[in-house]
Amino acid sequence: MSRLPVAPKPPLRRFHQARWDEPIVFELSTPGSRGVGVTGPDPAIGEPNVTLPPVLARATPPALPELSQPQVLRHYVRLSQENLGADFNIDVGQGTCTMKYSPKINEVAIRDARLIDAHPAQDVADAQGTLEIIYRLERMLAEISGMDAVSVQPAAGSAAIWANVSMIRGYHAARGEADQRTEIITTAFSHPSNAACAKTAGFTVITLQPDANGYPDIEALKVAVSDRTAALLITNPEDTGIYNPRIREFVEIVHAAGGLACYDQANANGILGITRAREAGFDLSHFNLHKTFSTPHACGGPAAGASCVSAALEPFLPGPVVVRDADGTFRLDADRPLSIGKVSPFYGVIPNIVRAYTWIMTMGAEGLREVAEVAALNNNYLAARILAVPGASMGYPATPDRVEQVRYTWQQLADETGVTTEQIGWRIADFGTHYWTSHHPFVIPEPFTLEPTESYSRAELDEYARIVAEVAREAREDPETVRTAPHRQTVHQAGDEDLDDPDRWAVTWRAYRRKYFGEGVTP
Amino acid sequence: MIHPYIPNSVPAVKQAMLDAIGLESTEDLYRAIPADLRLDRPLDLPAPARSEAELLRHVRGLLAKNASPERKLCFLGGGTFPHDVPAVVDEVINRGEFLTAYAGEPYEDHGRFQALFEYCSQMGEMLTMDVVNVPVYDGFQAASTALRMAGRMTGRGRVLLVGAIGADKRSRIGDYCARALDLDVLPAAADGVIDLDAVRAAVGPDTAAIYVETPDYHGVVHAELPDLAAIAHDAGAELVVYTDPISLGVVAPPAELGADIVCGDIQSLGVHQWFGGGHGGFIAVRDEVRYVMELPSRLFGIAATRVPGEYGFGDVAYERTSFAIREDGKEWVGTAAALWGIAAAVYLSLMGPAGMREVGETVLAHTRYALRSLADVPGLAVPSAALPHFREFALDVSGSGRSAREWVVLGRLAGIEPGIVIDDVTLLVCVTEVHSVSDIDRLVELFAETAGSIPSAGTLAGRLATEGSAR
Repeated sequence: MSRLPVAPKPPLRRFHQARWDEPIVFELSTPGSRGVGVTGPDPAIGEPNVTLPPVLARATPPALPELSQPQVLRHYVRLSQENLGADFNIDVGQGTCTMKYSPKINEVAIRDARLIDAHPAQDVADAQGTLEIIYRLERMLAEISGMDAVSVQPAAGSAAIWANVSMIRGYHAARGEADQRTEIITTAFSHPSNAACAKTAGFTVITLQPDANGYPDIEALKVAVSDRTAALLITNPEDTGIYNPRIREFVEIVHAAGGLACYDQANANGILGITRAREAGFDLSHFNLHKTFSTPHACGGPAAGASCVSAALEPFLPGPVVVRDADGTFRLDADRPLSIGKVSPFYGVIPNIVRAYTWIMTMGAEGLREVAEVAALNNNYLAARILAVPGASMGYPATPDRVEQVRYTWQQLADETGVTTEQIGWRIADFGTHYWTSHHPFVIPEPFTLEPTESYSRAELDEYARIVAEVAREAREDPETVRTAPHRQTVHQAGDEDLDDPDRWAVTWRAYRRKYFGEGVTP
Repeated sequence: MIHPYIPNSVPAVKQAMLDAIGLESTEDLYRAIPADLRLDRPLDLPAPARSEAELLRHVRGLLAKNASPERKLCFLGGGTFPHDVPAVVDEVINRGEFLTAYAGEPYEDHGRFQALFEYCSQMGEMLTMDVVNVPVYDGFQAASTALRMAGRMTGRGRVLLVGAIGADKRSRIGDYCARALDLDVLPAAADGVIDLDAVRAAVGPDTAAIYVETPDYHGVVHAELPDLAAIAHDAGAELVVYTDPISLGVVAPPAELGADIVCGDIQSLGVHQWFGGGHGGFIAVRDEVRYVMELPSRLFGIAATRVPGEYGFGDVAYERTSFAIREDGKEWVGTAAALWGIAAAVYLSLMGPAGMREVGETVLAHTRYALRSLADVPGLAVPSAALPHFREFALDVSGSGRSAREWVVLGRLAGIEPGIVIDDVTLLVCVTEVHSVSDIDRLVELFAETAGSIPSAGTLAGRLATEGSAR
């Protein structure tokens, strides 16, 4: 029999993720069941229901599942338990994504009918509070970026990149240089959306590769710029965590060629209050409110982006913009002929705009600076622990100073054991946390990127490092355990061959039932 | 400062960590940043709240400047719609496991993969299409991308936009398609009927797609889809149809009427209005390589695991995305609106086929009642009244002696938002299952009782002057 006292905890958590073995919702269906009542046509109408013309009437009801309400709840709550939110894991493994704490009081603040049930076309007199929050947040982000004007209308970070690229396009068009300035320059360690948005907007993309020390190659930039240059889209610190100290020179080189400089500050967490887009001379920048400014990542959105611009670019901002009149009232100004127009259906992702506002109002200037310093401290502390793990090293070790994240490499471990960074990620999931490799292409071989933010304690950083060390040990001593992972997760390793084969992939249940069980027909 | 959100802000902890890595102060962490790039002063921001209570007092003080939503009876749609949101939807999407997760792999984030697969699968049933993407930002983005897809598929440079399309969406499509597609526009006729001869005349060998909405911006449900499909297909073009899935419990899915790419917004399916900040977009196609490989978005596919009876998931055809190949991918993919997709999954599971039919019937019946009642008011007309409408209709007030804006001002004075001003003489009126007959009757009375307590012309002019650009 077990007797008190309880033995000390082992150094590693004996984690096991929920494994409900949950069917697909369609398999839970009982014909005739229903999950919620629906208001029928008001009987006071006193007429039969509308009969649509035969061509327009749906002939066969949609084959949705039929479940009672508690079954629906249990099903989706079980699925939620099979998901690792940042609320309860040491979420430092998703570098570049700033998985910080999303404070609960901000959730309390937004659950307010005056936000939730408001319609965007209602009388602006009835929406003064919401407009004021948008206005105040934009002014605060202007101060934090150093830029002159801000729009929080973009729905996410990449949407803000798009808005910035569209403004760049509009700016050159207004100067009669639309046909001339057809090239956008970016860097290999800037987020892929910079290159992709530029291409989508019709620009030719030039990507600067890193030099031997991991900095974007300034000599390559000098070669790349010309009177065809529309803009430079660049991140700093880049995804390596390396801060490019010559950033102002980069900006000046592009300016000298007549181009604009646009700063991807999706992740500004390590430099809040330390250095800004303004000091480096940028014309545009953007923030992700779901990264630096704490709004929850929501399984991949809704997010929110902020486009920040200099006075010269202000006329091109998405519209309408919220303006404050002399009497203190707020209104929407849509009379902006150079504006790129609406980049969202209305004024942006209101719940996240309010969450970001409440977060900044909880931190203040001193708090934001503390965020940055602790994020950088945590990163460098964790780096020391990770670099002590045999087989792990930093990409570009000759440039050891890192700000808020580090891109590491398992090259040595992979050479010695054959275990890849992807396989290490499978196994780390068994310890109750995330691990991400890196954006493609893998410029640094066998990469992984850790960004601890300000939200984790020293003990938690130590724990994450112990997990990484343990998996590296397993890679040497028991590689089969790593290669066949996960073992303590909701599901086991899945084959991916079917996912790239058009005859075998199935993106919906109906496609799966059709392809493998011969059910139904495609329209 | 010691901050409750920052565990290592405790000075002793911070010092111990600095000691552990051989640094003297946190300043040393920034030695890579040149002095002339450093901000030499504290940020100029408002003083922060000292407690949660103080924060809430501040935010609620600001929100007190908003009118309570019950104060006015709203008939506003135009893209953001008032529909009932079941409590279970909010319960699920506000769970921290979903709310605070992000981009984990299919193993540790199995739950979101399955929930989003189920979202796509239920949307697939509503739309009768086999491929539905993980949500993009909103319907504007979905429509824009659907057109760019058609452009790439056909290698052609023009698209034809037919019928009533909101001005803002039209602007967004223009911004997104600039340098890739020229837009030809055939605006809606007053009676709402699509002029098929004009469409035929406007389609040419360089037309990549015909784009049409149903219900369109004026609420008209279009029976012309099969004709438009025939015209498009004869010309080698795609038929792109924008729709609202909440209508599809009663209305035939566009794919069954010839649509090739179907797109739209999912706000109606369990997402609150959020002052227009609760949108997500969908794009659906047939399960054919030429369509699938043009989608920029994530696609989550079902996969077999090592264990019999266990469902796994993964990314389908990932190599087409900008995550995989940067600018060589299709447009771009990034964080968008996944949680709203999960909301829609829960909504559709709760509603089932019966609920979706019932909500569709209710909206149709309420719309017809409101349309007929208003059209019967002297001075008002609904020129498209002969066509079926879902949820919205364009109300012509030109015979009333007042402009659309004046009616909005009068309505607001009476506690009613009567609709969205489309032009000087047209209001877009929205009616859903949340409205009762007595609500609609109040709206009708507003227009009918012009002899009632109407303010003087001077008051009205003053109100109009302060009205500004409400849209």
